[in-house]
Amino acid sequence: MSVTAFLTDSTLCIGCKACEVACKEWNGVTGDGLDWSGFSYDNTGSIGASTWRHVKFVEHAPEPGFGGNAPEMNSWSFSSDVCKHCENAGCLEACPTGSIVRTEFGGVYVQPDVCNGCGYCVVSCPFGVVERNEDDGRAFKCTFCYDRQKAGLIPACAKACPTESIQFGEIDTLRGKAEARLEELRRRGMRDATLYDPLDTSVGGTHAMFIVRGDPRSYNLPPKPEVPTIYLKKGWASSAVAAAVLLGGTLLAFLADGGRNGRRNGR
Amino acid sequence: MSEAKIHVIGGTRVPDSSSEQRLVEIRQEAERRGEVRAIGIRPSGAPFPKASPETGYYGLPLLKQPPWTWKIPLYFFAGGAAGAAAVMGAIADYAGADRKLVRDARWIAAAGAVISPALLIADLGRPARFLNMLRVFKPQSPMSVGVWTLLGFSGAAAATAFAGFMGERYGPSLPLRVIENAGQAASLVFGLPFSNYTGVLIGATAIPVWNQNVGDLPIHFAASGLGAAVGLLEMMGNDKSRALQALGLGAALFECWEGLRIEGRGHSHFDPLKHGPSGWMTRAGGVLSGPVAFVLRAASLFGGNKHSSALRRWAGISALAGSLVTRIAWVQAGHVSARNWREPLQIPVEDQAELLGGS
Ligand code: SF4
Ligand code: SF4
Repeated sequence: MSVTAFLTDSTLCIGCKACEVACKEWNGVTGDGLDWSGFSYDNTGSIGASTWRHVKFVEHAPEPGFGGNAPEMNSWSFSSDVCKHCENAGCLEACPTGSIVRTEFGGVYVQPDVCNGCGYCVVSCPFGVVERNEDDGRAFKCTFCYDRQKAGLIPACAKACPTESIQFGEIDTLRGKAEARLEELRRRGMRDATLYDPLDTSVGGTHAMFIVRGDPRSYNLPPKPEVPTIYLKKGWASSAVAAAVLLGGTLLAFLADGGRNGRRNGR
Repeated sequence: MSEAKIHVIGGTRVPDSSSEQRLVEIRQEAERRGEVRAIGIRPSGAPFPKASPETGYYGLPLLKQPPWTWKIPLYFFAGGAAGAAAVMGAIADYAGADRKLVRDARWIAAAGAVISPALLIADLGRPARFLNMLRVFKPQSPMSVGVWTLLGFSGAAAATAFAGFMGERYGPSLPLRVIENAGQAASLVFGLPFSNYTGVLIGATAIPVWNQNVGDLPIHFAASGLGAAVGLLEMMGNDKSRALQALGLGAALFECWEGLRIEGRGHSHFDPLKHGPSGWMTRAGGVLSGPVAFVLRAASLFGGNKHSSALRRWAGISALAGSLVTRIAWVQAGHVSARNWREPLQIPVEDQAELLGGS
C-alpha cells in the first residue's frame, strides 16, 4: 500500500466547514454545539476529542487585494486543521498500551478497543491534537479515515470539500503538487504563500501538510515542533544519576552509622 | 479585566454607589481600549481581533493540558516516598541497622506499593483496561517503563513486608527467609528507578515547563521522595538514627539548591514555576522541603536530647508536606505552561498585553 497524505490549501478554502460535518457524520463523532468562539467564525477554537477537522478563520489587517476584499475590509483566510499524522509521532511513541499504531497507509491510528485512557498521548503531542473524551474516558483524534482507506476510498473530509482545498493522495506526489502550487501562487503575486511541513525538526515531516499565507504561527502552526522522545536521553541520564546518588548516599549514611545502631538497638 | 459575578435580578435592583461606579468603570474601559472584556462579551466586534505573528491564533492555546486529576500528583508523591523507603530499608538491613527502622521502612514501601497502583488505575479513563498496559513493553515510553517498574516494585515491596511480618510473628522458616531476602533485593532494584522515574515521565512530553527541566526533574523528584521517606520514618519514632539525619540533611540541601536554580532562571519557560498560583505553590513546596527542613535539622544537632527529637520530627513533617506540595505544584505548572500559547509558537512576551487587550 502506498503512503498517503493530506495537502490542505488555505488559499482555496472558503470556510464552509463541509469537512467538519463530513468527518462528524462519517465517524459518528458527537456535536460541539453551535456556539461561536468569539474569534471570527470559528466554533471550537481548536482540534479536540470531538473535533477532528477544525476550520480556522484567520483575520488579517486590511490589505488591498488580499482575498479579493475591498481595501478597507479586514482580509480573511481559512484553513482546515487536522491531526498532522507525524512521521515521528509523539503520541504513538508515548502510548503505553500500544493502542496507537502506524497503519499501512502511514497514518497514525488510535485503536479504540485498546486505549485505556491513561492520557499520556495528550501531553506528548506537540500539536495539541489528541484529547481524552471525558465522557468516554478514551483518547480520540483523526483516524485518517483508516476504514475508508482500507476500502479504497478517500477520507470523508477530502471527498466533501467543494474546492479541493483538502487534497488527498500519495505523499510524494502531493509534495510535488504543493511545490507546483506554491510556484503558481507566487507567480500570481502571493509572495507570502508558504508550505507548512516541518521536515527539519525532530517530527521529521507530517502526513498532513498545509499551504498558508503569511506566518504559519497565526494559524497556530508551531515553528519548531519536537517529538518528546528527544528528551528521553537527558531524562534517563538524570534518573540514573539520581538512582546512583540515592544508592551511594544511603549506603554511606548507614555504613557509617550502622554498627553503632546495630549494637545499641539490635536484636 | 474584572469578572464580577452577575446574578439576574430583573428590574428589582436598588442602585447604589458601587453599581454606579461599575458603570463608570465600564465606560472608561470602553473609551480607553475601544472594547470591554467581561462576562458575556468575547473580544469580537471593533476593533476586530486579529490573528498575526504577534498574537498567534487569537492567543488560543496550541497545546492540550494534562487530562489527569489530583490522583496523579498524589501518585508521584506516594511513589517517590515508597521507592526511597524501600531503598533505605534494604540498605539499612544490609548494614545491620536498627530492626525497627528496617521494619518501618518496609511498611512504608508496602503501603506505597498498594496505594500507588490504586491511584494510577483510578485515574485512567478506563480503569478496567489497566491490564492493556501489560500487552507491551515500550522502552521509548516512560509511561510503559514506569508501569512495569511499578508492578515489579509493588510485588517486591509487598512480599518483603509480608514475609518479614510472618517471620517475626510465627517464627522464621526457610521459605519466608527466601521470600524476604529476594523481595528485599528486588525492591531495592525497582525502588531506585521507581523513586524518580516520574521526573522522566513528565519531562519527556510536549509541555514546555516540563521538557525544559527534564535534566533536573528526576534528581529533584528523588530528593523530594527521599526527604518524605526520611520524614515518615522519623515520625514513626526513628528520630535517633544518625543515618536518617544525614540523609534528611542531604535531601534538604539539594532542595535548597533546586529552589535557587528555579528562582535564578530568567527564561520564560520558567514562568509557571515563579509566577501566579503555580509559582507560589512551587515556592512553598521548595521552602518547606529545603530551607525549613534544613534549619530544623541543623537546630536539632545542637538542641538537647529532648528538643532534638521534636525538632527532627518537625523537620520530617516539613519535608513530607513540602514533597506533596512540590508534586502538585509541578503538575499545576504544566497546566499553566500548556495554556501559554506563546511558548510553542516562540512568540516573545513583549507587547502581547497591548495586542490582545490584556491577559
Ligand atoms: S499531530 Fe499529535 S496526535 Fe497527530 S500524529 Fe502527530 S503527535 Fe500524534
Ligand atoms: S490515552 Fe489511550 S491512546 Fe493515549 S497513550 Fe493512553 S492508552 Fe495510548
